[in-house]
Amino acid sequence: LAPWVPVVGLEIHAQISSNSKLFSGSQVQFAAPPNSLVSFFDASLPGTLPVLNRRCVEAAVMTGLALNCSINKKSLFDRKHYFYADLPAGYQITQQRVPIAVNGSLSYSLCIDNKMSQMVTKTVRIKQIQLEQDSGKSLHDDTRSQTLVDLNRAGVGLMEVVMEPDMCCGEEAAAAVRELQLILQTLGSSQAVMAEGQLRVDANVSVHHPGEPYGVRTEVKNINSIRFLAKAVDYEIQRQIEELENGGTILNETRAFDSKLGCTIPMRDKEGKQDYRFMPEPNLPPLILYDAKSLPANVNHQQVVNIDWIHERLPDLPSVKRAKLVEQYGILPEHSFALLNEDGLSEYFENVVKQTQMKPKKVIGWILNVLLSYLKQHSLTVKESPVSCFLLADLLNLLEKKEISSTAARQVFAELWKGEGKTPLEIVKQKKLELIQDQKELEQICQAVIDGQESEVIMIVLG
Amino acid sequence: PERRNWPFQVSAALKERHVTPTELCQRCLALIKSTKFLNAYITVAEETALKQAEESEKRYKRGQPLGVLDGIPVAVKDNFNTAGIETTCASNMLKGYISPYNATVVQKLLDQGAVLLGKTNLDEFAMGSGSTDGVFGPVRNPWSYSRQYKEKSVPKSDSEDEESDWVITGGSSGGSAAAVSSFTCFAALGSDTGGSTRNPAAHCGVVGLKPTYGLISRHGLIPLVNSMDVPGILTRCVDDAAVVLGSLAGHDPKDSTTIQDNFKPFELPSLPDVSKLSIGIPKEYHAPGLSSEILALWSKAADLFKNAGAKVTEVSLPHTRYSIVCYHVLCTAEVASNMARFDGLEYGHRSDMNKSTESMYAATRREGFNDVVRGRILSGNYFLLKQNYENYFVKAQKVRRLIANDFLKVFGSGVDILLTPTTLTDAVPYMEFIKEDNRTRSAQDDILTQAANMAGLPAINVPTALSQRGLPVGLQFIGRSFQEKQLLTVAKWFEKQVKFPMIQLEEVKGHNDNVFQHQKSASFS
Repeated sequence: LAPWVPVVGLEIHAQISSNSKLFSGSQVQFAAPPNSLVSFFDASLPGTLPVLNRRCVEAAVMTGLALNCSINKKSLFDRKHYFYADLPAGYQITQQRVPIAVNGSLSYSLCIDNKMSQMVTKTVRIKQIQLEQDSGKSLHDDTRSQTLVDLNRAGVGLMEVVMEPDMCCGEEAAAAVRELQLILQTLGSSQAVMAEGQLRVDANVSVHHPGEPYGVRTEVKNINSIRFLAKAVDYEIQRQIEELENGGTILNETRAFDSKLGCTIPMRDKEGKQDYRFMPEPNLPPLILYDAKSLPANVNHQQVVNIDWIHERLPDLPSVKRAKLVEQYGILPEHSFALLNEDGLSEYFENVVKQTQMKPKKVIGWILNVLLSYLKQHSLTVKESPVSCFLLADLLNLLEKKEISSTAARQVFAELWKGEGKTPLEIVKQKKLELIQDQKELEQICQAVIDGQESEVIMIVLG
Repeated sequence: PERRNWPFQVSAALKERHVTPTELCQRCLALIKSTKFLNAYITVAEETALKQAEESEKRYKRGQPLGVLDGIPVAVKDNFNTAGIETTCASNMLKGYISPYNATVVQKLLDQGAVLLGKTNLDEFAMGSGSTDGVFGPVRNPWSYSRQYKEKSVPKSDSEDEESDWVITGGSSGGSAAAVSSFTCFAALGSDTGGSTRNPAAHCGVVGLKPTYGLISRHGLIPLVNSMDVPGILTRCVDDAAVVLGSLAGHDPKDSTTIQDNFKPFELPSLPDVSKLSIGIPKEYHAPGLSSEILALWSKAADLFKNAGAKVTEVSLPHTRYSIVCYHVLCTAEVASNMARFDGLEYGHRSDMNKSTESMYAATRREGFNDVVRGRILSGNYFLLKQNYENYFVKAQKVRRLIANDFLKVFGSGVDILLTPTTLTDAVPYMEFIKEDNRTRSAQDDILTQAANMAGLPAINVPTALSQRGLPVGLQFIGRSFQEKQLLTVAKWFEKQVKFPMIQLEEVKGHNDNVFQHQKSASFS
């Protein structure tokens, strides 16, 4: 059988972290009472007009810069029309003709063969980033044959990040999204929490034989976590391969991922191709961005966005942070990935290192193998850890000074985890876990043991 | 009789306490009642108006009026949002709709102390040139009942209904034009997308100003074509229009298409001088169907300027003839888009059909919109289809650019103001008007006014003379972008020259007390 080349592209919608919505002043807040964050504009009351939120523009520029994009100094807004209960105006304002950023790239890393010790770096091209409105939410109440509409989310700013089909499997897609998530969180342009709908991923999947043109692709939606993303993509690739090998065809359709069944199913609603009748948004002039060179002299700084100014203030991106950790502490690259993968873990690590004589290379083992596994077991975040960095540092100091063994240290850690307020030293004393340093005392203990086991000793002496 | 050109100032009268805002308001409300047959108003906000008048009165008593507009009764076209007062757009879709907010222009008028009498009638969603296609019925031109018109009309035989030869106001801001023309208010807001303020102004013998696009906020004006709509100003004289303009113009952060520059309200010179001006006469505006009467008036007007020392030259706007078709494409496309929000979900009419969301939408929109609106939505969606977009929408945008460039060229060559007719004929009788459909009528009637909307330029109708039938005929001036001061100065000069006669309405006669004299006065400013 000829090999198949799977091709995976992603469309990612990241909710912009801002106080108010993209085109109106109503608040952005998760899980507020239904329809409590809806301005006249959001409800599409006739006669209302969009007013662009500066913070959203800045978030998009930051993100574009972080993803190595060219920022378009002039971008345009368009209307994309379709009828749906959660789209009050009957159209979404988006950027179809000229988006705010184009032609970027994102580097991400994967473990080869599931071994943390071998990481490979891959790149995916970023086609574009565009600003657009989020829709409201509709809940179908089939028992009462009604649809409930909540417009709180309608009009919230989104950055749509389009990743070119440079990925080949679920793992790559997941890794790329994970890295994007970290970048967005570092920038603060989006909180990117998938569970809260702040990061939504649609996957475009197709397969073809090497040397042949790309196959028909399907769009996979309803993916609610990074783990499910990998599953959904891999399932779809398999499904397409099986379909084609059985002589079937792939339809250019939209499929939903069913997390319970672990498969993709065709989506009922998306029958037939929609013509969105794109039209320029007449109420918004072209969005003009400036840099230091093009910034006009007498300008109201409230009214302009300076790309260079934003560039100068970009924080260290995850890739830079990781490199710094490796360089500064001599830890392995895969360690740096693990540190950044957990919110607050790298800060915790650095704090411990500051307060202990133990070498960072040893500290990292405690962080990743002990602390992290406890956290995972109890589903806690670093912030929620009952063992603070100070306590751990104290513990590691005892270990480093050889006052306790590493086995004892583990016991102390388990005790600390209970969060009863005792210090490591107190626990050690209580449980009598001190390493005996006194030679004489050790001899006495050994002699006592030997004395109590006469027959065994004779056997050993005789060989 | 000639119009008495009193320098009479209702505002001064209010200030000097010759008349109180409450009296003024009551008189207007009474007149609205007695001219109800005109059907100029959809909603009369009697209670709130009287309250506003009361408040104004208190301010005058304290000697602290807010400005020239304080206490002045005004009316607003029913496609502007007015908080607490029904806003219908003369459509079933918005019958009973009470907006929670005021359009910026409405708020500005209220902040100046103006007294809002009510909302005026229009073509449904401002689509039309007759003010005949709204769900509340057509608006009647007050001049139908003027002595001037009755004298000139052929006496009807007994069997024919005298009522049936009333003439249209033009549209779509017919209600506002009729309200101003019949003295029920001193100023009214209309909207102008293809001539909807200037056209009824011409037919009703009032001043109709279309400001430069971007000068006055559209926030709260229910849009027809976002890229062409402007709030329009209807008054009985040019000075009043300047005052209202001054109170409305300027940047609005809620409308991103308004210019950022500071706007300075201006006063017009009391003795305007046109001798240094260059007036352009665009030959393409001698359009097919232009009545010989209006042609003659146009010519006479050009001579007036010549004799005053102005330079009057024939100019060419070669792409004028494409503007109607171009407008049709762009207008219907935007209409299709703008009307998409009317689905019955959040506000407005909702059909009882509830088998599914789609069926509810379809039934709601069928029930809520008239044929004109639905026809434009269908056309617009057709032009916006992917396979048609380039050939229609983009092409029309390019032609629009050519039309705008025509004006730029002419203004760039030294011409200050263009002088054209506003309408092809005087107002036609309603029975004749409805023989053709809305689309045909709009295409015919918009031809002289439409291009100014394409180019975003300011333009004004100035009532000029009465036709042979005793009905008003106006002429139009088109100016450069944001040069309203120059435009209005020329208009004022012309107004003084032509001395357009005052309408002689039965209903208005016989009120000879002082208060009513203010009503009949030319201006409030």
